[in-house]
Amino acid sequence: MAHSTDLDLVNVIKRFGSHAAVNDVSFSVAPGEFFSILGPSGCGKTTLMRMIAGFENPTSGDIRIRGKSMIGVPANKRPVNMVFQSLALFPMMSVGENVAYGLTCRDVSRAEAEERASRMLERVGLKGFGERRVTALSGGQRQRVAIARCLVLEPTLVLLDEPLGALDLKLREHMKIELKQLQSTFNTTFAYITHDQSEALVMSDRIAVMNQGKFEQVGSPRELYHNPATPFVASFVGETNKWQGEAAAAANGAISVRLPSGTVVQGQGKVADKASLAFVRPEAVALAQDASVLSSLPNRFEGRVSAVLFDGANSSLLIDTAGFDQPVRAVLPQAGPLAGIQVGAPIHVGWTADAMKVFAA
Amino acid sequence: MSQKPARSLTLFLLLAPAVLWLGLLIVLPHVEILVLSFSERVAPRVYAFGFGNYLEFFTEPLYWRTFARTAIMSIIVTALTLVLAFPIALYIARVAQGRLKAMLLLLCLLPFWVSELVRTLGWMILLRETGIISYTLRAIGLADQPVELLYNDGAVILGLVYGGLLFMIVPLANALESLEPSVVEAGFDLGGSRWTVLRRIVIPHAMPGIVAGSIIVFMLTVGNFATPVLLGGKNGLWFTEQIYAQFITRFNWPQGAAFGMLLLMLSSAIVWAGLRLTGQSLGTTLKQA
Repeated sequence: MAHSTDLDLVNVIKRFGSHAAVNDVSFSVAPGEFFSILGPSGCGKTTLMRMIAGFENPTSGDIRIRGKSMIGVPANKRPVNMVFQSLALFPMMSVGENVAYGLTCRDVSRAEAEERASRMLERVGLKGFGERRVTALSGGQRQRVAIARCLVLEPTLVLLDEPLGALDLKLREHMKIELKQLQSTFNTTFAYITHDQSEALVMSDRIAVMNQGKFEQVGSPRELYHNPATPFVASFVGETNKWQGEAAAAANGAISVRLPSGTVVQGQGKVADKASLAFVRPEAVALAQDASVLSSLPNRFEGRVSAVLFDGANSSLLIDTAGFDQPVRAVLPQAGPLAGIQVGAPIHVGWTADAMKVFAA
Repeated sequence: MSQKPARSLTLFLLLAPAVLWLGLLIVLPHVEILVLSFSERVAPRVYAFGFGNYLEFFTEPLYWRTFARTAIMSIIVTALTLVLAFPIALYIARVAQGRLKAMLLLLCLLPFWVSELVRTLGWMILLRETGIISYTLRAIGLADQPVELLYNDGAVILGLVYGGLLFMIVPLANALESLEPSVVEAGFDLGGSRWTVLRRIVIPHAMPGIVAGSIIVFMLTVGNFATPVLLGGKNGLWFTEQIYAQFITRFNWPQGAAFGMLLLMLSSAIVWAGLRLTGQSLGTTLKQA
């Protein structure tokens, strides 16, 4: 009977001494979902993954795969396979033997294991590589062997522990797309952990943002990006401007934040009369050489370009703005009239109240 | 312009000690022994070239039987040492951390601060008829008369394994240390049992270390003298004793030289066979040792 979830964690706690590496985490992953756990290093995500794989035992709580509790089930008996950060291919075996290893552990006959391994290699685009040594492969090919080695076992769940970390940028961008495609063709549930928000945003169906052993927010990449639930999520996922100030309720449900300089900005949020943090995405900051263009925006300021950070489509400006202790960062569209702007040029910036998220500090 | 001769002079000076050492202490004596082994005594103080010394070895059963016995016992000792050292090396390399690791290695090294002779005498104190083990067995009522544990093959093997253990543990621990922990975890994760992981991942990875340790222990064992003589007594029958007897007791240097060459050939042949059998090359093995 099919179960409605592939993986459930229920109030999982893992303590090392008095330190709780994973502190009361609960979540479910649906079949076929690409679920990411995103967090800075040391947030407990690796511990969480190792508990799901069976290399660590939770101090309390339950881990269920298709409804069956995995507590006390050793790693080699779980329907879960892991792609390691270092890939951990077996250097003493050929590519084909690496892929067939798991099958032979299950008492599949040698001939059938070889046959299934070579079919799997064909599916990941490594046809005819079976006889090669793993050391003779490129980074991307090794990656595919590591994934093929898991997928050939048809696991309920594949765990991926920052497998793209060791690759160079160009290959990493390419592998992001390839991983996502592999996952959808095999329709296997993936649980992916990473500290790279771009990897998580590009590939995932849902992301859990983890910090200090707890989940801050679980949601789709868009939800996390546009509606962060906590200041940590707002600053960790994507680029953002961040200012501190005192919040107070303002007209029509908005919140006004008074910055230390006395400047007041309008935003959206739940807090009032408290020390607050205000966040604005760089792409939400409108730029204009003429102040009248921005007249409809509640937040309008005048500044001077202090730096042009050219990065192709990701180019941005740092703008020294009166009243703000740090320069305002704004995306600089390379197709617009401002593309050629120079350091020192005067400029007007503005943003809507909706674009600014205010949280209690 | 003047740099080239200067550089080759430096190279020469740097290499000189090694070349001298190899030449004077290894090559020269062996050439001398080789030549000596082909000289036959035809009359008192008269020697001629011939294969007599080697023929003597094959016609006198005591000689070649001792020879074969030495070879077989050395292989047994090497295998036992490997089996004993493997879990110890595995523990030192994979489980022990920091100071414990250093301490364990030191513990293995400690007995070697004492000379081999004294260490072997230590075993004699334990094993002899009036020794500690015999006394204890009687004290707890497991034996009603003194037990002689010395002067048998078991005692010889025990002493040789003890002497070889360190030389097996160090290359094994080195080889096992370089095995990435996640590779072992991947072995389990993909469904391997402990035995499968050991057989298909840990042992193949440690193979250069296994071969290196085995070669060292085998060579040390085959060429050992004190341990078989002291612990085996008259029953020791180690081939080195025959060489000693020819050189020192019988004063038949050509015969002793022939035996020496035969022993060299024996250990070379077995090392070669071992390398062939395990598919290792001497180069990678030496790197591991």
